[in-house]
Amino acid sequence: MTEILIIVEWVRELFSAPGLVVMVPLAAAAGLAFVTDARLGARITIGAATLAFLLACALPWEPRAGLLLLVDPLAAHMAILTSFVGMTASWFSRGYVAVEAAAGRLDARRLRAYHALFQAYLGFMLMALLSNNVPATWGSIEAATIASVLVVGLPRTAEAVEASWKQFLVCGLGISMAFFGTTVLYLAAVPALGSGLPAMSWNRLPAAAPEFHAAMLNLAFAFLLLGYGTKAALAPLHAWLPDAHAEGPTPVSAVLSGSILNVALFVILRLRGLLDANAGAIAPGPPIMALGLATVLMASFSLWPRRDVKRFFGFSTIEHSGVAAFAFGLGGPAATFAGLLHMTLHTLTKAAIFHCVGRAAQLKGGQFFTDIGGLLVCHRALGLTLAAGIVAVAGLPPFGLFTSEFLVLTETVHRLPWLAVPLALGLLVGSWALAMRLISLCLGAPTPDRGPAPGLPALVPAWVHLAAVLVLGLTMPAPIAAWLAAIAGAAP
Amino acid sequence: MDSPGGFGNFSYDLAHLLGGAVLVLTFGLLYQRRLTAVINTYSVQSWALAAAAAWQGWVQGSAELYVAALIALSVKGVVIPIALHRIVRRLDIHRTVEAAMGVFPSMALGVALVVLAILLVLPSTMESQVLTREDLALALSVVLLGHLMLITRRTALTQVVGFMSIENGLILGAVGVRGMPLVVELSVAVLVLVGAVVFGVFFFRIRERFDSLDDSHLDRVGEAHR
Repeated sequence: MTEILIIVEWVRELFSAPGLVVMVPLAAAAGLAFVTDARLGARITIGAATLAFLLACALPWEPRAGLLLLVDPLAAHMAILTSFVGMTASWFSRGYVAVEAAAGRLDARRLRAYHALFQAYLGFMLMALLSNNVPATWGSIEAATIASVLVVGLPRTAEAVEASWKQFLVCGLGISMAFFGTTVLYLAAVPALGSGLPAMSWNRLPAAAPEFHAAMLNLAFAFLLLGYGTKAALAPLHAWLPDAHAEGPTPVSAVLSGSILNVALFVILRLRGLLDANAGAIAPGPPIMALGLATVLMASFSLWPRRDVKRFFGFSTIEHSGVAAFAFGLGGPAATFAGLLHMTLHTLTKAAIFHCVGRAAQLKGGQFFTDIGGLLVCHRALGLTLAAGIVAVAGLPPFGLFTSEFLVLTETVHRLPWLAVPLALGLLVGSWALAMRLISLCLGAPTPDRGPAPGLPALVPAWVHLAAVLVLGLTMPAPIAAWLAAIAGAAP
Repeated sequence: MDSPGGFGNFSYDLAHLLGGAVLVLTFGLLYQRRLTAVINTYSVQSWALAAAAAWQGWVQGSAELYVAALIALSVKGVVIPIALHRIVRRLDIHRTVEAAMGVFPSMALGVALVVLAILLVLPSTMESQVLTREDLALALSVVLLGHLMLITRRTALTQVVGFMSIENGLILGAVGVRGMPLVVELSVAVLVLVGAVVFGVFFFRIRERFDSLDDSHLDRVGEAHR
């Protein structure tokens, strides 16, 4: 039976060099489920995430297109980014989780579940990025969703249960649409590639796209865009994200911001190429741009009335996802370059912010704006790091997000000047809200401390992230620019 | 067996009948008011799906589809319903399902969704094999009705059943596609299993918190809790 041969080949690929990037976190997840010692669990988490990152760094030199795994520059870039954020989040989470456990918010059993789910989430995320098989991408995103739903519900407060249930329902709807779209995409590809695996392999689809069944491709695109758009938290389908960010453990919020949205955007970007190549299909740009622009506007205005700090930054994540989607919708090497750069920098920045916010919430014993204030006065290092993060995410110089937002805007002005107006309005309103909150969080009257203050080592991951964003903002190193330009040039 | 033709061809008619049965049972899910009846209807829907998959296996001469049929029959048709019945007994929630919408409006909306599915799928798949396109329209109808069920039902348990009926619709679509590798079916089967575990965990959490599986308690309105 050929099916069994396929599975055997898949397993063989998973244990080859690029497959290990996926296998290390997944194996760690399986092992961590049985590790009762909390300290050992934290060490294994750090070790596995670090190893996954190191392995991912070798990906650009191991291009391959197998039955299961596809390592092209785009996938390699995304995998490095995701595993980097996973690694720093695992460093960060060691101290964070210790405080949570000491405060009695996580018991030993849930701590174990936390470490295992964190690794499972990371592993499936990487699997989705490196998969060469459309249904396998779907399955990995689904599995990662389930892991994140569970981990968001871990704190077990009423709000956390509500958030994870909401996440499950909304993402379940999205993911079911994506499945239907996957089936239809296969049907669209069959006339060109014949029945069987090639018609669902990412590496074979682009070349054959011109002969796809155009009407079916349109139908598939509609479902896949809505389905993965839900995971990318694009405008009408974003409802799950703020709750999940607010209620889940903070290291998870940091990784959630980083990866699941990126993976969804990555799939949308690949899909875009298929429709571009097909003369009979609709233009994929306008729908993606419309969703992106609506997302930016919705999220930037939603930032204003927020009272919960983590929800606030959740909405900011949605806004930036919208900017990246808009850039990808715009298309062309320049806009895709800007979108990729934006996605990368936002991931790094937002993870740093969540590291700070997590520790600040522990320090002040609450995560509302009324709880946290005047950080700069009493906790200079934490306050300064958070302030730098907020300045960066608001798209202000000297940080890299200024560059990427500027590139997106100039490209919009060149090609579709009228759309630059609402886009600029959205960015401005969002940045303004961030600046206002920067004042209340970092300056102003300090609020009383109700928890342990973080030591300087707890902030190291955030510094690493912000330093990267700063360097990319001040001097874009030529190799990195060339690397991103090559990806953007190869992408549609 | 030869490629199936249109109406009057036996293999086509039977495939259509079985797909239609899944759809009709999904309507059943929409109007059932008692929890046990909802679970039983889901179980019968899964049997119909198993029959549809097995028939496709016969028509397409594909052994994998028999496996898909077996999974649908055993796991979704027997194991999961039994587990859900046990949860209902254990938590003592033999009561009627609270729906956000009455029978008539939800039925009318359901019919509208089926029309939408047909209008969406049939024109865009004009040149495709006949069997596939009809099946795809039926599958999309089942999926959309499942979405409707998720939206109109308030209790966590019925939402889970709605979600699983969506999965049934997705598989109905996948088995109708000629020569589609098993990957999809397997992943969904695994998903449903994992999903059932997930929900099991959830039920008990929600139960601990609110002594009920009604998630309308979970509304953040006024931030009553905390």
